[in-house]
Amino acid sequence: MNNELTQNIDINTDKISFLIKEKKIKSRIIKDKIFKYITIAGALFVSLILAYILFYVAKQGISSINWNFIIELPKPPGEFGGGVSNAIVGTLIMIALSVIIAVPLSIAIGVYLSEDRKTKLSYWVRTGLEILQGMPSISIGIVVYVWVVLQMGSFSALSGGIALAIMMLPVVAKSTEETLKMVPYSLKEASLALGVPYYKTILKVVVPSGLSGILTGILIAVARVAGETAPLLFTSFGNPFMNVNMMKPMNSLPLVIFNYASSPYKEWHSLAWGASFLLMVMILILNITAKIISRKWKIKF
Amino acid sequence: MENQVLNIQNFSFYYGETQVLKDINLSIEKNRVTAIMGPSGCGKTTLIRAINRMHELTENTRTEGIIKLYNEDIFELDPITVRRKIGMVFQKPNPFPTMNIYDNVIAGYNLNGIKLKKSDKDIIVEDSLRKSALWDEVKDNLYKKGTFLSGGQQQRLCIARALAMKPEILLLDEPTSALDPKATSHIEELIKELRSYVTMLIVTHNMGQAARISNDAVFLYLGELVEHGKTKKLFTTPQDKRTEEYLTGKFG
Repeated sequence: MNNELTQNIDINTDKISFLIKEKKIKSRIIKDKIFKYITIAGALFVSLILAYILFYVAKQGISSINWNFIIELPKPPGEFGGGVSNAIVGTLIMIALSVIIAVPLSIAIGVYLSEDRKTKLSYWVRTGLEILQGMPSISIGIVVYVWVVLQMGSFSALSGGIALAIMMLPVVAKSTEETLKMVPYSLKEASLALGVPYYKTILKVVVPSGLSGILTGILIAVARVAGETAPLLFTSFGNPFMNVNMMKPMNSLPLVIFNYASSPYKEWHSLAWGASFLLMVMILILNITAKIISRKWKIKF
Repeated sequence: MENQVLNIQNFSFYYGETQVLKDINLSIEKNRVTAIMGPSGCGKTTLIRAINRMHELTENTRTEGIIKLYNEDIFELDPITVRRKIGMVFQKPNPFPTMNIYDNVIAGYNLNGIKLKKSDKDIIVEDSLRKSALWDEVKDNLYKKGTFLSGGQQQRLCIARALAMKPEILLLDEPTSALDPKATSHIEELIKELRSYVTMLIVTHNMGQAARISNDAVFLYLGELVEHGKTKKLFTTPQDKRTEEYLTGKFG
């Protein structure tokens, strides 16, 4: 028994001295370098994919983009030209609708979560938001179909806006919570010590101090839902005509892409590419604006 | 006693099960600076925060006894009213980062939704900044963000913000502990000058500071009020052995 133990120790020291040998050190340095290059290659690979997608969509779509594409309605198959004006208007209306529904609600949730950090309720709300964020968008579409579309008796832009709002909610609520957590407690104290009531302290001191973060969160959420197709399939449904009535089916850019790209007509394919390009540019602009706002408007405490 | 502003009677403070302040009796006279001294953890900050009911922001706290502002028990008033009458300045300067200097000074009115004419606001802002000895330094930059000022200037801005509400009492919780020596002496000068406008209670760790700026001094030890008297008297002929030991640096 005792003998065995000493033997073991001997072997171990042997290994250690072997590890420290110079050759081994060189091979470690090489491994370090390889590892470093693999991470760089991964990063480059992702950027390349992005660049290729941007380039390819631009190449395919840019030829369809002209003034008529923006102001005209889609034409029946066989006729060349036409535009997606109804989808552009529809996308803007439904995004506006979802922002109006989701933003006040998510800011309220975010404020609650940052104010009441350790209660059971806030724990469950936080968990609920995480689950909602991971929920497949098509399931949200189906639920809104059952809740709203079946009740109203028809597809509508309103139901589409509600589905998008449900998708925005966890993103904006989470970013609001994270931003407001960064606002120092001393600011709240300063306001309360001036005799400012609690609700005014939150609305006029705490929330404005976190405004850039909240706005960034909203823009990122908008960018995320602007490209959503699945929740709209059963809700706003799509519409070949111009419609601004929120109680009626409405078209949107992702729906145009989905419907026209899966059609057999070549003219519609080019409309779908054009719509993809337009959508991509919109989302890029939103993302870049979000970055600029978070950098320029950031408040240092 | 007509010039008695604040009267604390049989006041005890509990944090959960722990008693932090034990049966404090203290009366404060008008237009005097009272320094509250004592080693860490003796309850100085707790006492000062209870005076404008800021302790209520902390959960699990309980008080006994009364604190009278003139003839009214502050615990029977609305905390919002109490805080408008009793201003507070904190350890670290905390100007509102979203507001410029002007708006910071007038914040107490704006945030409370008190509508004032622009000319009245201008008067309050200038008056408060003059009292806090900041006017000459910022009069040309009133519409710049308050956070660009130096630490000492920010603290004077916070004092101006509190003075703008025309409080009966100004509570200062170690107002110079985050500042450099030069800024500290500025604030000390300021406190001496402000005496004629407002009654002040200042918590300080710094005995020299207490001796320099206060008329009266209070020594707290382990939640008990050990001694209260004229600063000069307390420093030269302390009545209690614990006060003497603290002042001579036997503990701290």
